Amino acid sequence: MEKILEVKDLHVTFTTYGGTVQAVRGVDFHLNKGETLAIVGESGCGKSVTSNAIMRLIPSPPGKITAGKILFKGKDLAKESEKKMRQVRGVDISMIFQDPMTALNPTLTIGTQLIEGLKQHRKITDSEAKKRALEMMDLVGIPNPAERMKQYPHQFSGGMRQRIVIAIALICEPELLIADEPTTALDVTIQAQILELFEKIQDVTGVSIILITHDLGVVAKIADRIAVMYAGKIIETGTKREIFYEPQHPYTKGLLNSVPRLDTKGRLKPIDGTPPDLFSPPEGCPFTARCPFAMEVCNKVYPKSSNLSDSHSVDCWLQDERAKQLLATMVTN
Amino acid sequence: MLKYILKRLLIMVVTLWIIITLTFVLMVSVPGSPFNSEGNSNEIVQQNLAKHYNLDKPYHVQYLLYLKSIVTLDFGPSIKQPNQTVNDLLGRGFPISAELGIVTIIVAVISGITLGILAALRHNGVIDYLAMGIAVLGISIPNFIMATLLIDQLAVQREWFPVATWKSPMHMVLPVLALATGPMAIIARLTRSTMLEVLTQDYIKMARAKGLTPWKIIVKHALRNALMPVITIMGTLVAGIMTGSFVIEQIFAIPGMGKYFVESINHRDFPVIMGTTVFYSAFLIVMLFLVDIAYGILDPRIKVAKKEGE
Ligand SMILES: Nc1ncnc2c1ncn2[C@@H]1O[C@H](COP(=O)(O)OP(=O)(O)O)[C@@H](O)[C@H]1O
Ligand code: SF4
Ligand SMILES: [Mg+2]
Repeated sequence: MEKILEVKDLHVTFTTYGGTVQAVRGVDFHLNKGETLAIVGESGCGKSVTSNAIMRLIPSPPGKITAGKILFKGKDLAKESEKKMRQVRGVDISMIFQDPMTALNPTLTIGTQLIEGLKQHRKITDSEAKKRALEMMDLVGIPNPAERMKQYPHQFSGGMRQRIVIAIALICEPELLIADEPTTALDVTIQAQILELFEKIQDVTGVSIILITHDLGVVAKIADRIAVMYAGKIIETGTKREIFYEPQHPYTKGLLNSVPRLDTKGRLKPIDGTPPDLFSPPEGCPFTARCPFAMEVCNKVYPKSSNLSDSHSVDCWLQDERAKQLLATMVTN
Repeated sequence: MLKYILKRLLIMVVTLWIIITLTFVLMVSVPGSPFNSEGNSNEIVQQNLAKHYNLDKPYHVQYLLYLKSIVTLDFGPSIKQPNQTVNDLLGRGFPISAELGIVTIIVAVISGITLGILAALRHNGVIDYLAMGIAVLGISIPNFIMATLLIDQLAVQREWFPVATWKSPMHMVLPVLALATGPMAIIARLTRSTMLEVLTQDYIKMARAKGLTPWKIIVKHALRNALMPVITIMGTLVAGIMTGSFVIEQIFAIPGMGKYFVESINHRDFPVIMGTTVFYSAFLIVMLFLVDIAYGILDPRIKVAKKEGE
């Protein structure tokens, strides 16, 4: 399968008055053409920073991509100039933000906001642009598009606004769509509709999607593969089936246990404790403090990735045959 | 919208009437009469003069006569300069004051917004500190001190600009600068702070994610929103510039409305006081109204709120 995006050893830091936040600490993942990858993890684990880094929208200062590669169709975006990136944004890669109530400019009409990206990147007449905008409004399911184009954001409901945001993101036919918690701010019923819309647009346009969420329910619905993120690292990745039915990392298991399910009776068990401080993250496994299986080595050395299948890999000492050996040598030293 | 405008017009008329009444009350309760200072010690002459200008009538009659003069827009002759009507004075003074005021506002708005944007874009950089330094000075130095400083430095010591009067564009530079610095500083600070806030908004990030150029993002997405608060304070600034122009016109010997206004108060020239006050107030009220309308046009949320509120 053709890889459209490959992120290698990505590091992002923020320099603040309190010190340096290591928000993303060596993230590796890839995305195949036409698939949906979900990145899941608790709030603050670096999901948004990762997606902003791909778009090169990290505010700098204070933020900086300190290491790593972001290969989009083989081209390293981490090294591109700002000018080149402007031709990538909205054209090759588009982004959808969490809160549709604030993502649209309150003083410009929907039509203007839909068309401006198109006008920026394509040589196109106003009437052609308008026609395309109407098509997009239709695709994302907005009734009376011609009339609605002339209206302002405050005249739309949250769900409708998110549809417009999606239309804006797709108007230049990008190959990759990054959606950062696109349903978190919406009502449950609207959430389901928006997720269906994602499936529909993927069918129609073949766009590859990175879906960022902390909600495993969302993932279960539309992801092909899942990457689980914790404290600035991806600690387990696999197909939806692998992650849901054979989770290996204790954190992944904990996440799944804290989701309401029909088949498991009994109480939900949220994971105890909080993620580590990213000002001085631990050298070893960041989950040590919360992990029921933590060993002495866990806190000292970060576990290597173990590949359980072509698609399934996990960073945990429990997987490693050498764990006991290594621990033994460290104790004798 | 039409209903809203009509309602506003009604409120404007009422406001104006209150101002007129207050001015009348103040005018008759302040000691001194138009004829005291003229050395007309002859009591009969004074009484005759008072009679001629209806100042011997009871206050309520005088008040009604004033109201009539306002409604008919005929304020009668000046007491001090009987060969001139108040309308003559206004007709001569207003264009000059308007010129001073308009040029000042244009200078203040353009330079204030530019400084504010530069400061916001170079947040915590040299330009930011420089611009905000200028702004703090501009806000804290009163315009008459500014005028004196400018005259001393640029007209007396350097002779770059004329000291006073109102004849050529060169004559405008110093009074406009003196009058514009304060409002410019206020606009600069406000633009900077709102701009900084707007730049962190999601829709700006979204505009960047669309691949728009920085220029488009700033002008089309940021500036429009950042200028909303600036528009709301425009009314107050215009009022400030108008009152400031009384002083500035005196300092620079500019023959505008401000000069007649101040002189008329000194001389208790009642018709001129009334005429200029009404004129100034009406002008200011109309400006505030226009500012509100402009705000409604620029911010679509407000227009609809009003429509729905009708
Ligand atoms: N502009 C910033 N300045 C400082 N720290 C930041 C900034 N943006 C993000 N961070 C830090 O990076 C970490 C990851 O944040 P984020 O990616 O937003 O988390 P999430 O997974 O909830 O999207 C957090 O600890 C956050 O405090
Ligand atoms: S490496 Fe150790 S602490 Fe980390 S998840 Fe595995 S067992 Fe737990
Ligand atoms: Mg986030």
